[in-house]
Amino acid sequence: MKKQRLVMRTVILLVLGAAVAYTLYANFTKDKIQKVAVGEKAPDFVLTDLDGNKHRLSDYEGQGVFLNFWGTWCKPCEKEMPYMNNQYKQFTDEGVQVLAVNVGETDLAVNKFSERYDLSFPIVIDKDSQVQSAYGINPLPATFLIDKDGKVVKYITGEMTEDTIKNYMEQIKP
Amino acid sequence: MKEVKCDCGHVNPIGTILCESCGKVLEEKEKDKKLLDMRYEGSARRSQTYNKTIIDKIWNFFSSVKVGVWLIVITLIASAIGTILPQEMYIPPIMPAEEYYEDQYGWIGKLYYDLGFHNLYSSWWYLILIASIGISLVICSLDRVVPLYRALKKQRVSRHESYLKRQRVFGASQAEDTDQAFAMAKEKLKSKKYSIREEDGNILAEKGRFSRWGPYVNHVGLIIFLIGGMLRFVPGMYVDKILWIREGETKVIPETNGEYYLKNDGFILEMYDKEKDKEVFEEAIDKAGMVAKNYQSNVTLYKKKGDTVAGEEAELEKVKDYEIKVNKPLRFERFALYQVDYKLNELNKMSFALTNKKTGEEYGDLTVDLNDPQDVYDLGNGYKAEVVSYFPDFEFDENGEPITKSRVPNNPAFVFKMFTPDKPDGEISFVAIRQTIEPFGDNEYKMAFKGIDTKNVSALTVRKDLTLWIFALGGVIFMVGVAQGSYWNHRRIWLRRVNGEVWVAGHTNKNWHGLKREIEAALDGTGIKVPEDQLQNQSEKKG
Repeated sequence: MKKQRLVMRTVILLVLGAAVAYTLYANFTKDKIQKVAVGEKAPDFVLTDLDGNKHRLSDYEGQGVFLNFWGTWCKPCEKEMPYMNNQYKQFTDEGVQVLAVNVGETDLAVNKFSERYDLSFPIVIDKDSQVQSAYGINPLPATFLIDKDGKVVKYITGEMTEDTIKNYMEQIKP
Repeated sequence: MKEVKCDCGHVNPIGTILCESCGKVLEEKEKDKKLLDMRYEGSARRSQTYNKTIIDKIWNFFSSVKVGVWLIVITLIASAIGTILPQEMYIPPIMPAEEYYEDQYGWIGKLYYDLGFHNLYSSWWYLILIASIGISLVICSLDRVVPLYRALKKQRVSRHESYLKRQRVFGASQAEDTDQAFAMAKEKLKSKKYSIREEDGNILAEKGRFSRWGPYVNHVGLIIFLIGGMLRFVPGMYVDKILWIREGETKVIPETNGEYYLKNDGFILEMYDKEKDKEVFEEAIDKAGMVAKNYQSNVTLYKKKGDTVAGEEAELEKVKDYEIKVNKPLRFERFALYQVDYKLNELNKMSFALTNKKTGEEYGDLTVDLNDPQDVYDLGNGYKAEVVSYFPDFEFDENGEPITKSRVPNNPAFVFKMFTPDKPDGEISFVAIRQTIEPFGDNEYKMAFKGIDTKNVSALTVRKDLTLWIFALGGVIFMVGVAQGSYWNHRRIWLRRVNGEVWVAGHTNKNWHGLKREIEAALDGTGIKVPEDQLQNQSEKKG
């Protein structure tokens, strides 16, 4: 009798507990679920840079891609841009490509920004937020490290130092 | 502890107050009472008797109705606080939530944000409260319905004297011909739709027992309701997003996998007009001033044709034009788009004229599209203006440098370089709204502000809900339970022969007056005395 009741109570509490745990888990991950998971293939996209050249992510297969999402008003983005520029110059011959995706500002604002920092890597503008929504970008800056097979190696939000950028580029060198 | 064996031979679970079978009082404390506490038929609520393992302790905590009521009260208060200021998802995306609450509502807003009320309904502690109510509901119900069911099922016809005597409605009397009197009463009770059980010449008449299950049916409905709420967290079951879309803009509808696009053809805000609208509104309009009549977004829905890669311009196929009004959403597939908010007169274009400050002579107008400004505006005859910098949402940072807070043109500012035939090197001028700064001394020319062009922005709720039917089902079951428990009463009448006397007792879970009238009618003409309401007598004596 007693044992049966204890088993019964345990089972009922476990079922209820599992339901609650699932709900909480689903709730907390719903905003954080990375649409692009590490180890999976990065979604392909085509965007146009400031000079009118089209960049398709899949065309860079065979190279590592340092994919950075940014905005001109975002302070940490602004800070890491020159670092990325320096490291890009080092690694471009070693097969690491930098693609900086602006989150849909005006051509003028992006152009002026690029001129001010003398950025040499291609900057593309995601006008209607399609790429951002495909990658599930929320806080800026956001960076994806993509290896030579087009797979996501790492996802980073927040500011990076020049050292960490160097480290990351080292990681995706083909 | 051991199970309790009653004199009648029935073995009751520990903690039983009244024998399940004969109703004899088993608990010492109860023996002194004049009337019995009939809640849950005096059955053993097990949680009160076992308190050994951690499982039992958790079980007992949730089994308490007091705990359940407190959980509900706390949840109610928290929910109410959550409605004082708008939730994060409803604030316009003009600045981060962190700043917005303080900016709009001062220190109260900051506190509200810091305490997490800006996102209350999906905060972990709120969800735990709701979940606890659900658990409390399940355990409270189980802990009561099982013993109650047992007690009602096991009850004998001949109840113990101590049980009958302590019923609220009770009477003992002599009858001339007991057999005949019982037969008569039986017929009458039958005609009142009582089901009759007999044992050793005693009678138990009972009806409406199913009304006792009303509260539990009701709880099942509530639990289904909560399951519906839980399913909203399962991906794909529920979507509730806000889409801000400017007039003339085409945007992807979120959560449609890039399948559907929406174009805003215009937002309309109509007010009631004293002249044009019906006379009945006149008084109200006088009193309130402006009264909104209609919020409407004229939109065009497009579907993407073929496969495209993100960022690639998709070929769009028009699905339909629609006028979204409040409560008149645009529906497609399982989605619905509701009109929910708007922003009037967002800056769209600004016009300037290159002007000689002394003579006031103008050398041509230029209009800057704030969402797509050009590098250079050539005004001809050697006059041109170059945009050196553009700050859509301008402010000065801590170092006095102009910066932009966001990409939305809330407060646009420009640095212009003005080229004229007599100033081929150009003059620099910083132009913001109602503000001009000439960083390199006195200029001969200025960008005179000519006017603005604005656009409205519509906010639409993107909603998909596959859980609604579960809520409806839960609601219906809830109401069935309420009706079951409210409109029917569980009535029992006992007739027992005790030492040549006839004992009559009655019990109901509500509406004692109705029960007494039925007993009266059943005993009419049988010679058995109508029992008295002992509770009434008690209070009369006291009074």
